[in-house]
Amino acid sequence: MDVKILGSGCRNCQNLETNTARALRELGINATIGHVTDEVDIIGYGVMSTPALVIDDEVVLSGRVPTPDQLRVLIGAHHSSS
Amino acid sequence: MTAPVMSRPHAALWRWCGLAAAALAWAAVYQVNLPFWTWLLGDVVGVDLHSRLGDSLLFFFYDTTKIVLLLAGIIFVVTILRSFMSIERTRALLGGRREGAGNAAAAVLGVVTPFCSCSAVPAFIGFVAAGVPLGVTLSFLIASPLVNEVAVVMLYGLFGWRIALLYITAGLVIATSAGYVLGRLRLERWVEPFVFETRLRGKLIDPAQGLTWDDRIQMGREEVVTIVRKIWPYLLVGIALGAVIHGWVPADWFADHANGPFGVPIAVGIGVPLYSNAAGVMPLVEALHDKGMQMGTVLAFMMSVVALSLPEMILLRRVLKPRLIATYVGVVATSIVAIGYLFNVIL
Repeated sequence: MDVKILGSGCRNCQNLETNTARALRELGINATIGHVTDEVDIIGYGVMSTPALVIDDEVVLSGRVPTPDQLRVLIGAHHSSS
Repeated sequence: MTAPVMSRPHAALWRWCGLAAAALAWAAVYQVNLPFWTWLLGDVVGVDLHSRLGDSLLFFFYDTTKIVLLLAGIIFVVTILRSFMSIERTRALLGGRREGAGNAAAAVLGVVTPFCSCSAVPAFIGFVAAGVPLGVTLSFLIASPLVNEVAVVMLYGLFGWRIALLYITAGLVIATSAGYVLGRLRLERWVEPFVFETRLRGKLIDPAQGLTWDDRIQMGREEVVTIVRKIWPYLLVGIALGAVIHGWVPADWFADHANGPFGVPIAVGIGVPLYSNAAGVMPLVEALHDKGMQMGTVLAFMMSVVALSLPEMILLRRVLKPRLIATYVGVVATSIVAIGYLFNVIL
């Protein structure tokens, strides 16, 4: 599973990364979290609101920081479908 | 699996009761602010509140408390309201609009859309790549910082609803007309070419969708903490300067020195390079007006501080060539000067 955080390094991006790492750990998924910080690359994903979460090259979340619980549901749904 | 369903009405009840209690506590603190500081400084500490120092001290503590309270309340409410809107929705609403009506729509959407100038670049590329005209996109970027909730509610708190309403109207007129003029100038060649070549791929995720009330309230709380943490240094400097002007500058000094024919352009010339935010500049605005500076000059000064900021221009340099940035600053500053003169005449 390929997980990326999109955002230029703001506080919210760090929060999203922390929560995502926790959700992945709780789900027992072994994945490294990558970063896309360049604004032009970010818009390349069609994302205008950061932070955003990209799983296997698909944007699953944009513009907010959900709780680890919410992220677990989101990532879990994506994990079982792929 | 019935337990979560059973507890849901209770959870909702607790949520709204909690909010109501917080609102009441807020109103109570707001009411006792002035009596409290008068009592603490005057009776407990024993400062003479009619002396310059005492007057300045009281102004400083009372104003800091009032402004922080106002800010927290406004940011919370506005964040919840804005959670129903998103930049993605705004783009969908602006796509295919013509200039003119499109500029006005972009100005209004700039006010209601949750937007941070840190995402000015992705938003700019996203708009232009989706076919929103350049001038319409710029109207959005001008309105967003200019007519912000912090400025409007603080103006309301300090000068009343008439000035606040006037400020909103003026901000919308400036964003609409400056964006329209910039669109007419055919500046597309001063946009970095890659912007027009960007293809938007992937499905669009709307951040405003699928949020519960608990999510929205949580977002409101977080936003209050984030913003207050970000602006408090500006706020303290602004209030301290305001307190100094309040206590030491003679009454009507500005009436005698700053209300000449060039008062407005000078105020805007000083305001453009100044980087602060609405909360930081407001105590200064209040003090300047107290000492006799004309309302139009004061508002123009404030608009020039919040509308044009160096950090945002540096960000926009990624997508705009210096010629366009200079034109942008020039057109917006000129509109602000014009509005300042108009207000000085009609107020």
